[in-house]
Amino acid sequence: MDTTLLVTQVLNGLQLGLLLFLVASGLTLVFGILDFVNLAHGSLYMLGAFICASLTFATGNYLIAILISLPLIGLAGYLVERFVARHLYERDHLDHVLGTFGLILVIDTLVHIFWGPQGIAIPLPQWLDGQVMLPGGIEVPTFRLLIIGTGLAAAGGLFWVVNMTRLGMLIRAGASNRTMVGALGIDIQALFALVFALGAVLAGLAGMLIAPITEASIGMGNNIIITAFVVIIVGGIGSVKGAFISALLIGLIDTLGRSFLDDVFKLVMSSDAAETSAPAVSAMLIYIIMAVVLAIRPQGLFPPKVR
Amino acid sequence: MTAILTISGLEKRFGGVLATDHVDLDVVKGECHAIIGPNGAGKSTLIAQLSGTVVPDRGSIRLNGRDITREAAYKRARLGVTRSFQITSLVMPMSVIDNVALAVQAREGHSFKLVRPARSISRIRQEALARLAEVGLAERADAPTVILSHGEHRLMEIAIALASGAELMLLDEPMAGLGPTESARMVELLSRLKSTRTILLVEHDMDAVFALADRISVLVYGRIIATGTPDEIRGNAEVRHAYLGEE
Amino acid sequence: MTGFGKPGLPVVVVVALLAVLPTWFHFNGDAFYLDLATRLVILGIAAVSLNLILGYGGLVSFGHAAYLGIGAYCVGIPAHHALYGGLDAIATNSGWFQIPLAVAVSALFALVTGAICLRTKGVHFIMITMAFAQMVYYFFVSIDEYGADDGLVIDTRSELGLIDFDNPLQLYFFCLGSLVVAMALVHMIVNSRFGMVLQGAKGNNDRMVSLGYNTYLYRLVAYVISGAMCGFAGALLGNFTTFISPEMMDWSHSGELMFMVILGGASTAVGPILGSAAFIIIEEVLSRFTIYWHLPFGLMLLAVVLFARGGFSGIIDRLRGRKLLPGEG
Repeated sequence: MDTTLLVTQVLNGLQLGLLLFLVASGLTLVFGILDFVNLAHGSLYMLGAFICASLTFATGNYLIAILISLPLIGLAGYLVERFVARHLYERDHLDHVLGTFGLILVIDTLVHIFWGPQGIAIPLPQWLDGQVMLPGGIEVPTFRLLIIGTGLAAAGGLFWVVNMTRLGMLIRAGASNRTMVGALGIDIQALFALVFALGAVLAGLAGMLIAPITEASIGMGNNIIITAFVVIIVGGIGSVKGAFISALLIGLIDTLGRSFLDDVFKLVMSSDAAETSAPAVSAMLIYIIMAVVLAIRPQGLFPPKVR
Repeated sequence: MTAILTISGLEKRFGGVLATDHVDLDVVKGECHAIIGPNGAGKSTLIAQLSGTVVPDRGSIRLNGRDITREAAYKRARLGVTRSFQITSLVMPMSVIDNVALAVQAREGHSFKLVRPARSISRIRQEALARLAEVGLAERADAPTVILSHGEHRLMEIAIALASGAELMLLDEPMAGLGPTESARMVELLSRLKSTRTILLVEHDMDAVFALADRISVLVYGRIIATGTPDEIRGNAEVRHAYLGEE
Repeated sequence: MTGFGKPGLPVVVVVALLAVLPTWFHFNGDAFYLDLATRLVILGIAAVSLNLILGYGGLVSFGHAAYLGIGAYCVGIPAHHALYGGLDAIATNSGWFQIPLAVAVSALFALVTGAICLRTKGVHFIMITMAFAQMVYYFFVSIDEYGADDGLVIDTRSELGLIDFDNPLQLYFFCLGSLVVAMALVHMIVNSRFGMVLQGAKGNNDRMVSLGYNTYLYRLVAYVISGAMCGFAGALLGNFTTFISPEMMDWSHSGELMFMVILGGASTAVGPILGSAAFIIIEEVLSRFTIYWHLPFGLMLLAVVLFARGGFSGIIDRLRGRKLLPGEG
């Protein structure tokens, strides 16, 4: 195990964790305040990536594309709320799940029709495409650092909104007591729509950030959504703080597990056995962690305070 | 006088509020013991601790001498405590008799019996029907539960409590939401039942309480301020001040 | 709603149609429809198994496709080793080993994951069942020996003595017979005392607990039965397609199974079959017109959820002018 690889993988894990947080925070907010299960949240992540890809080609500038894409994806989130989610709040979770499952099929196919079946790679501007030398002589891609920085900034911004602002107060109150917020005479409908759009912007941003690395592709949302579920289950559904800690945890464990588990296994078993079993175990690692957390604390690590 | 239920030093705190404040209470075999108190006195919290849905912070609950303070809710039912719910709590999609049959069936120990059709077991069906007859709902047996009136739902709650065969019935506001005629019917029914069962009755309807109870405990701000016969409670100055005076 | 009495007329009609129509097509030289019917019947078994926990138990499991995959791999892996060597303990083409293996492994997986999932409820339950299914998906993706992403070709179908799975008609009737048995089993279970408790817990869990039922255990048993039954369907699916890949366990397929149960009418005997038939027909018809068949399918799903409560059966009931009172009829 050499240090360079370790540092690189820790940074990768951090990056994955922050992207997971951007997706999971929206999910957990929407669930906490609206009691709504949105499977299509991953589609907003995917949509963010595709819109940003097109705008990058149109404007020739990735960063400008992101700035234009963010309000667009917020609008998409608002439309989902206005035309689908809003009509399902009073229904049971089964209807949420089936309705948003239908929505995924619709959005995935529309993306297929507009952008074609192939993935789209987003070219990075020159200054982001290189490497940065860290103290200690370790080189890391500049863009990864940008993702980590942006993720941290977005997380910080979200904490500020949730903990310091009046909107955040309403969100927190709504998460623990919906009727009370209604009784305060707040336009609950508008608050819900705003939370939904905010969640969409965060998920979309994650999609835009990952697209230059993995390219924008159909199905990318459906892969990340389950991991985001694991994140909010482990963190405690409804808790932004829980989502943050658990996202970083899951991101690091998943990344480090995939690179180093075989080395760890080799300490206790033959190298053949380690090389066969390590990939299987590391693929299941985050689910095993989820199972263990649930077995001990069914409400997750940081459940929001009970009403 | 043997106590069937012994509560000692029971405490439960929610945040800063002491919902149950050092409650000591004995329910004697065969009596109808009523708990009264103004709204927010902690009656529901007490019932919840007795039936096992809320875990007390301190103190103990004993049933026939056995400590059940931390026993799972379903196990208490097996040990002989049953409860009715303040807000009607029935299996709405099922028929009336199916609801009662489930209570009869619960007495068989376990129901991991996957072969015989449940509705063909006449022993269970007949007893369920008998319990429904006892509360006057026999002719409604095959109706879907949802279509029954609120008053009939309250009666079903009693039929289910009866069918469960429990020796101690926790009745959480059985009169809630009943009109005068229905209330009278319920009081008449409960007064017939109390000769065969031990009842812990939580109720707001004072006429019903004074008609039914052998003993009354008054709960105010989580504390029991007095326990006694209906006459003693009527004459208790502290009770009049703290509770009856407020009405 | 609570499954009174003998199998109703709809069940008899549907099974009779399934027995006659594909046979007729087969002898008129149109193999395509028999294939379609085989898929329908196998998915029907999976939907019937899901209906036990979803329809009657109220447990919204979003990971049932995992059992189809587990079942199919339990056919594919022994067959793979029978052909290429290795793992002598399980290397065989015998269906007498493979199919019980599929049932046992599925039951075990249901037991372990169910024990954890059922400690939670509501949204937690939905997400956790999804996550565990995804875990199985990634597990098979990570194993190169069994083809990883690319999947595993099942070179030899299960050998079952008298029944020849290589004969499409025999395979079909074996599947249809299994479907009838599965329906009968579920019918028996939901009408038993166990089934009453299961349905009671769906309708009002607090009440059942206060009566002294440890509803967790009842649900777990139902969950295991359902998983085992779906694993069996998976073994048939592997024999039918002679190919198995992790993609079969993708959560979109779990969603499709749920769609079949809900759209057909959950907690009715014939609902899951109608739902699978509807799904197969929608898929076939739509995909003939457009490769984008998921678009109208998704819109339809949205429309049903947004505008039609009670699914197909609900719609049919309303067309007949019957009030939707549970327990009636």
